[in-house]
Amino acid sequence: MTSTPAVPVTVDDKGDQPVPPITRRVKQRLTSRGATIAAVIIAVIWTVPTAGLFISSFRPEENLNRDGWWNVFSNFEFTLENYADVLVSGGSQSPNLGQYFVNSLAIVIPGTLIPLVVASMAAYIFAWSNFRGKDTLFVFVFALQIIPLQMALIPLLTLFVNLKIGEFHVLPPGSYAQLWLAHTIFALPLAIFLLHNFIAEIPGEVIEAARVDGAGHATIFWRIIIPLSVPALASYAIFQFLWVWNDLLVALVFSGGTGDVAPITQRLAELTGTRGGEWHRLTAGAFVSMVVPLIVFFGLQRYFVRGLLAGGLKG
Amino acid sequence: MEDLGEKFLQVVIALAIFAAIIGFIMLLVDRAPKSFRDKATIIGFMAPAAILLIVGMVWPAAQTTFLAFTDRNGAINGLDNFIWMFTDPSALVTLRNTVLWVILVPTLSTIIGLVYAVFIDKAHGERVLKALVFMPMAISMVGAGIIWNFMYAYRGTGREQIGLVNQILVWFGGEPRQFLLDAPGNTFFLIAVMVWIQVGFAMVILSAAIKGIPADVIEASRLDGASAWQQFRNITIPSIRGALVVVVTTITIITLKVFDIVRTMTAGNFETSVIANEMYTQAFRANEPGRGAALALVLFLMVLPVVIYNARVLKKQKEIR
Repeated sequence: MTSTPAVPVTVDDKGDQPVPPITRRVKQRLTSRGATIAAVIIAVIWTVPTAGLFISSFRPEENLNRDGWWNVFSNFEFTLENYADVLVSGGSQSPNLGQYFVNSLAIVIPGTLIPLVVASMAAYIFAWSNFRGKDTLFVFVFALQIIPLQMALIPLLTLFVNLKIGEFHVLPPGSYAQLWLAHTIFALPLAIFLLHNFIAEIPGEVIEAARVDGAGHATIFWRIIIPLSVPALASYAIFQFLWVWNDLLVALVFSGGTGDVAPITQRLAELTGTRGGEWHRLTAGAFVSMVVPLIVFFGLQRYFVRGLLAGGLKG
Repeated sequence: MEDLGEKFLQVVIALAIFAAIIGFIMLLVDRAPKSFRDKATIIGFMAPAAILLIVGMVWPAAQTTFLAFTDRNGAINGLDNFIWMFTDPSALVTLRNTVLWVILVPTLSTIIGLVYAVFIDKAHGERVLKALVFMPMAISMVGAGIIWNFMYAYRGTGREQIGLVNQILVWFGGEPRQFLLDAPGNTFFLIAVMVWIQVGFAMVILSAAIKGIPADVIEASRLDGASAWQQFRNITIPSIRGALVVVVTTITIITLKVFDIVRTMTAGNFETSVIANEMYTQAFRANEPGRGAALALVLFLMVLPVVIYNARVLKKQKEIR
């Protein structure tokens, strides 16, 4: 639908041109206007599905079942009941999303902090010390990125369930521990690689000066490396945060499926399957789950894009 | 909500234990005898990552490879799982769907993303336009699944439609359809959701690449009287070839592993399953870990060449620079 050949591809005009100024200005304005219209059309198409869901989440249940959300403009009614229903109303019939929202938070905070620290430590060694076989080992860690997480799920679950000291479960089922550990493991290869690239760029003199002053590795790491790496750490943290918050597969496998630890994505997927017709609940519920990533995204977009350009993608 | 405090406590305790472990390592490293200190640092700093990766990733991956050749009781059954995968009718549908996904999602996402990146390069309000199309990347695929389930919602003929797609069909005089139930069309409607998500990614990377094309190159072609289309074909595309390859391969890898969309929207029913979803179903729902492992192995073997190609291109680009 958008294959008009007159695609304007030029970067802004600069300097002298043999074209008469008036024609040039006209031409430029034309291409620019055509491009703007085409871009706006695509942007609208891309936004309408989300907007429709958002509008619907504020419509009373009977309106939702009566006609489509685009009728809201002729027949305006607004309610917060859907949100109240999914978040706070008790009882086994309620989606109880408030509880799952808390679970998501409880999973995502350690699930972001732990891999960040563990990966920074390894990245520091890869960047600033020398031992035999270091480069080979680094390539190996890098290569681990190609293992899809599906390759590890079955044995890892068995391992987690059977990890006992005497009768004591190290990672008790129905606790967050399995989820934190699984997310940490799957984050490490990419995190080590990206953070290494950044930490290796820190000027050697800074570290050398600290060493001359008698600082040990631990001091150098916490007082110099970590503060100087904040931009890279932030970029990666945003990714890991969104990845863990939005995850479904790891949650399904390691949460044991109970409401005690399952994140909001898992609950929503479940509701879609069992009560797919209850749109007043699904629309509001979906938005409850999207609020946090959208805040992170719009608030920290700059870091997000920077991380993306550095190759920060996994799955 | 009474257990809110308890959950909070779990998080605090976990972080405290983690901090204690890391603190202990730091203490050991700093107190180690001078002659041994560098070695102690290497071991201490690497240990957490090394243990987690070996125990949690390398060893399980090896076990999965072995599991792929066993049956549900754990007895070795040779290639049975793979024979099942390539002969069973429903498993074949899964493979066919995966191929459709892997061909269509990277192609469509990259083309639309490229066109959009080119448009907004000249458009007013570029930042806002970018953010709107990029937004689906931030939300979960579960959320995206619900958004599109709602778009595809179906009501019988003659009733008011609540799904926009069916309403548009009706406005144009068509009959409402069960988009997600009727095979094989339903797979394409799931693929559309993934394209909706990935266009944003393609657009951001390609837009950055387009902005990196030196202005004098464009000026020169302009002076030579190249039309906009010629410029696009002969300047823009060759200049961003590297970025195009990265975008296509990255989306290919993500698509091969796609799970959430299928799980949320159809759970793989109505002939819509893909490998990643079938892997989960077989291993954790149907109690067939052998088949699940075999599917995971095939997934790995499909991802492998793409990743290697991607790494090669990236390396070559770095050498040129």
